[in-house]
Amino acid sequence: MQIAPALDPLQSLQEKFPEAIVFIKTFREELTIVVQPNAILEIMTYLRNTPGLVYNFLSDISSVDYYPHTPSEERPERYGVSYHIYSMLYNRRLRIKVFAAEDEPVIPTIISVYPGANWLEREILDLMGIRFEGHPDQRRLLMPDDWNGHPARRDVPMGKEMVQFSFNVEDIMKHKPHASSSN
Amino acid sequence: MGISSKLGNLGLVTTTLETAVNWGRTGAMWPLLFGLACCAIEMMSTQASDYDMSRFGMELNRASPRQSDLIIVAGRVTRKMAPVVRQLYDQMADPKWVIAMGDCASCGGVYNNYAVVQGVDEIIPVDVYIAGCPPRPEQLIHGVLTLHEKIKTERIRNWAS
Repeated sequence: MQIAPALDPLQSLQEKFPEAIVFIKTFREELTIVVQPNAILEIMTYLRNTPGLVYNFLSDISSVDYYPHTPSEERPERYGVSYHIYSMLYNRRLRIKVFAAEDEPVIPTIISVYPGANWLEREILDLMGIRFEGHPDQRRLLMPDDWNGHPARRDVPMGKEMVQFSFNVEDIMKHKPHASSSN
Repeated sequence: MGISSKLGNLGLVTTTLETAVNWGRTGAMWPLLFGLACCAIEMMSTQASDYDMSRFGMELNRASPRQSDLIIVAGRVTRKMAPVVRQLYDQMADPKWVIAMGDCASCGGVYNNYAVVQGVDEIIPVDVYIAGCPPRPEQLIHGVLTLHEKIKTERIRNWAS
């Protein structure tokens, strides 16, 4: 069986989508390419389908909240979403990042390219509040259905329970109506 | 003394109703099949051979709450799972007991955040708390035996509650 020779992903993307690439970073043989969000679907399709670049496995989609946010070239917006893709044929990984704006974070979904992105994007919708347009099932995944807010954002408090001392034992015991030493 | 000395070898014992009923309740207490997280592994290994819980009456775990007496909450309860735990507890028939196994079920454990219920006694009343992360099978057996001792001290006026 003939396997096409491996192409350089950065060079191929720069030839095909020159205006979509925002920033490139290489760190210890890991390549990260920051692209515009409206081009993500075409880029993913191109990366998966081109012989020589066959990135056929989506490892993970993760989201980051850079709060408090100062715009820079590497981080143009507050919310970043990283797509980690892997080529099983050539055994190499690639990271594509997109950034979404703070007030209305919307990114096109890549379910048509990688169907495994369904729950990964739902988790990001639930915990970070970034909407994926075109997603067929926009429900919460991990939190209860009637939960308000997005817990993974950095300006949401952790929801810790205070350490129980004698001065706040009454407040803490209000949340535990069934706790008693003998019943 | 009393009747038993007059009967000789007839094979009769006299006891109180409380002792008999409590002995019956502790003798074969079947727990609900309810392992949530890592403490479930320790509960499984306690149920298996070498730390056998069948010695103490817990021969098998029932999958239906209507047929079980005991619920061992083994593992952390998340906010999404909390109504389910409450519903299972409500579906169990009296008399029922609850063991909170492990740190996460007793007090939230290491997970002090928005997603984990800080102790299952926010939802259901607990009889015995077992500390540990996870508690060893010997500790779970000690908790079960403590529950048995607690039941043996129950009185008639506590039954109709």
